[in-house]
Amino acid sequence: MSDDNTHSHPHKEVQHERSPYASHVRAMEALLVEKGVLTEPEIQDRIAYMESRSPANGAMLVARAWTDPKFKQRLLSDAKSAARELGLDPTHEAELIVVENTPEVHNLIVCTLCSCYPRAVLGRPPDWYKSFEYRSRAVREPRAVMREFGFEPPEGVEVAVYDSTADVRYMVLPMRPPGTEGMDEEDLAALVTRDALIGVSVPRPTAPAS
Amino acid sequence: MTEFAPGDRVRVRPAGKPGHVRTPGYLKGHSGWIEGVIGHFPSPEDLAYGLSGQPKRPLYRVGFRQADLWEDYAGATDDHLYADVYEHWLEPGGKE
Repeated sequence: MSDDNTHSHPHKEVQHERSPYASHVRAMEALLVEKGVLTEPEIQDRIAYMESRSPANGAMLVARAWTDPKFKQRLLSDAKSAARELGLDPTHEAELIVVENTPEVHNLIVCTLCSCYPRAVLGRPPDWYKSFEYRSRAVREPRAVMREFGFEPPEGVEVAVYDSTADVRYMVLPMRPPGTEGMDEEDLAALVTRDALIGVSVPRPTAPAS
Repeated sequence: MTEFAPGDRVRVRPAGKPGHVRTPGYLKGHSGWIEGVIGHFPSPEDLAYGLSGQPKRPLYRVGFRQADLWEDYAGATDDHLYADVYEHWLEPGGKE
């Protein structure tokens, strides 16, 4: 924050500097409203819609798949209808495909072109997912990227990278960690992090500290 | 109807096209195989400019060996990459 205040009393309000991109977006928004393309309530509704999605939805799908093999099959063959079974609304998703980690294959999701992500289920992607570094390195050196997230696939496991280049949004179905046999669905869901749904990491047998 | 079927060898066309394109540059000229047919979708290259995107184009999941994509790939030889590529960006053939 700059020190060029012309008066001496301290300001309590948080000062946000607006980036050129943010100014650009605000100007576009104002124009779209002015021209009647969008209304303010529609914009607010859209923000509320996006804020209502979270990785917890993905964790719920995974926990159910871990405890119900038939649901798992439906999740892998028709993820949207499986999501609807659990009360989720993936209507605005393009195509939704869930890829399963196995003892032979570990999956990793990226969108090299922009930031495609299953937003209708998981909400907004993390900032790093949109970064140039992740997008370029996830395809070229996925194992090094995963190591930086603290995960290294065991010897002999194939790494499969999915680049979401077109109309499909991908989510990873991680493997259920060992030592979780007695846990119920809710406790299992608490193990499933956003990073595990992208594939840069895997669920650990105890829930991360919140 | 689709031109390619699962298992077919394909090469990503090394062509350039200005504007909105969903075929990433790092795949152009590289060979892989049809892993599956995802479906038919309006062309995003037209949708991006307010056009209808019709007729719908077949979209494939194409598999590549990572070692074929990157000369200095440091992972396992079995590592793969899958990308979703529209039919008009694919041509038959390519080396095994």
